[in-house]
Amino acid sequence: MSLNVESTRIPTVLAPPPLRLIDDAGHAVDDSQTGGFELPSHETLLSLYRQMVIARRFDVQVTALTRQGRLATYPSALGQEACEIAAVACLDGGDWLFPTYRDSIALLTRGVKPENILASFRGDWHSGYDYHEHRIAPQATPLATQALHAVGLATAAKLKRDSTVALTLLGDGATSEGDAHEAFNFAAVWQAPVVFLVQNNQFAISVPLDKQMACRTIADKAIGYGMPGYFVDGNDVAAMFAVTSAAVDHARSGKGPTLIEGLTYRIEAHTNSDDPSRYRNAADVDVWRGRDPIERLEKFLVSEGALSEADRASITEEAEDVAAATRACMTVKAVVDPLELFDHVYANPRPALAEQRAALAEELADDEMSAER
Amino acid sequence: MTTLIPGMATRTPETLTMASALNAAIRDAMVEDPTVVLFGEDVGPLGGVFRVTDGLYAEFGETRVSDSPLAESGIVGTAIGMAMYGMRPVVEMQFDAFSYPAFQQIVSHVAKMRNRTRGKIQLPIVIRIPYAGDIGGVEHHSDSSEAYWTSTPGLTVVSPSNPADAYSMLREAIASDDPVIFMEPKSRYWSKAELSLPVQTAPMTSAVVARDGTDVTLLAYGPTVKTALATAVLGAAEGLSIEVIDLRSLSPFDDATVSASLRKTGRVAVVHEAAQFGGYGAEVAARLTERNFFYLAAPILRITGFDIPYPSPKLEEYFLPTPDRILAAISRWEWN
Repeated sequence: MSLNVESTRIPTVLAPPPLRLIDDAGHAVDDSQTGGFELPSHETLLSLYRQMVIARRFDVQVTALTRQGRLATYPSALGQEACEIAAVACLDGGDWLFPTYRDSIALLTRGVKPENILASFRGDWHSGYDYHEHRIAPQATPLATQALHAVGLATAAKLKRDSTVALTLLGDGATSEGDAHEAFNFAAVWQAPVVFLVQNNQFAISVPLDKQMACRTIADKAIGYGMPGYFVDGNDVAAMFAVTSAAVDHARSGKGPTLIEGLTYRIEAHTNSDDPSRYRNAADVDVWRGRDPIERLEKFLVSEGALSEADRASITEEAEDVAAATRACMTVKAVVDPLELFDHVYANPRPALAEQRAALAEELADDEMSAER
Repeated sequence: MTTLIPGMATRTPETLTMASALNAAIRDAMVEDPTVVLFGEDVGPLGGVFRVTDGLYAEFGETRVSDSPLAESGIVGTAIGMAMYGMRPVVEMQFDAFSYPAFQQIVSHVAKMRNRTRGKIQLPIVIRIPYAGDIGGVEHHSDSSEAYWTSTPGLTVVSPSNPADAYSMLREAIASDDPVIFMEPKSRYWSKAELSLPVQTAPMTSAVVARDGTDVTLLAYGPTVKTALATAVLGAAEGLSIEVIDLRSLSPFDDATVSASLRKTGRVAVVHEAAQFGGYGAEVAARLTERNFFYLAAPILRITGFDIPYPSPKLEEYFLPTPDRILAAISRWEWN
């Protein structure tokens, strides 16, 4: 006998429409529908547009480099620019960002150089950037684990009476992990100044959201933890910026955490080693391409007369410079020192590691001698 | 071997249990360093289920000593974030088997953060794990999980066996810039010693000779040091001179002290409560054999728990290594 899962499942309640300030066609949404959130200024929106265009160019460039076999792997964020850029744009210099492996364009937007972002994807050390300088934690591969680190850091800041806020990025799949729930709960109980931004791109590698959870929205989960939750159009950077900024202010003023769900879509594959045609329809992808976050903002800015041809030209030039710098760094051969393998494991030296290091040094010297012969 | 910490006022000698020595170590560290914070399930007003954190909540308040939600991954994961922001968290896992939900955070992040950031982020975290059996605990309360931690590069794993070491090693663990898995043998929490705090014993990462002998070396740590010492007394009555080494540090392993003893006696047995197969004793035996084969008069033995889950309280006496079982095992060596 087989169990009919469909028949035993509680009927799914239809999700509400996500909060948006600019609709798919690029028109401002009527004030009565915006939940009290205000459209950011033209100046802010232009800046967000500029950063999204540059991020898109970088992402497309890196995906191309991966297809050329010049990078081991790269998880693209194409189509998710609005979530990524909003996450960075609402933080102050002293705030901390806790990203995942997919959030490279957030790193780029926070000032990390392309060569440093790509260090680990090229197969080099997972330490391409200065974590303290940029206030960005290492990109986390184990799912949802970094959300707890964000809660801990934010709590430490609160104990020290600093105004630091921690913002952590999660994917929809990560919300199935125990650590996500522990992080939500710890943050709410401790009233930690932390913002959880879930980029619901609708697939955990190949598994769609309805196989991850049975509730309406991820944002609804916030109710169960005792914190505010927002279900936002993740392709509307105006809404993402307005809501995320409000959540950061909420945290900074001592009111505790917020859970934000940005409803978006992963246009590219999970990584280059994945074949999305096996688990989704091309038609669905086309629908989401039609909701592109950059085109939407562009239409709005043009209709408002806030994006000039000169702006466009300078943004394109800047994006091409970033792409060129990204290509250029790939031609530089990474210098690795095998003996560095042992250097960072412990702060306190270990005799056994010193022995293993010496053994490798001897092997290397032998290799060098035989090469000379 | 026990010396005073220079520059620190000596308190009147008092009888301390291992639990109260650990308590004093945390208190002294918190007084000395305002970045030391303590949290975990029940460590606040209750003072921990073994009272190791007794009185600290009242003394330091909720900003430094706090009860956390009941979630071990959360406890360790948030400790990581706190350490990234300049704190020195001391967290409690309450019971050995309760640390398993935190396994991911410990092995994937606590152990690796320093290496994956090339030393730019270090995590001075102490994870206290009350471990091992012999207290009549129900299931999931008596595991010896040391092999999981010692086979994870990046962690320092230590276990004290007496109150003086408990104080000294915990002070050193809290002061260490490396994360430390601090394994507290539950059956020794109530062991007593006359101490004038603060005491400083041998460095945390070194083994010590707990009793001199010439015929056999018993290697023990945590709960089995007492067992090994009792074995040595019984052995002496039979004319056998047994040296007992308290390893204290499981990772790193003190090759020098242990090898010196091996080269003196030629016969070594490792005693631990954890199961034998793939256990810590296997590493010790292999490591010592590789380095000292020609000094060995007999194969290195392991006297350990059986390869079964930790048994129920009424059966644990048959599971735990005893002096008789150790003596019986070493008597099966060929002696000449």
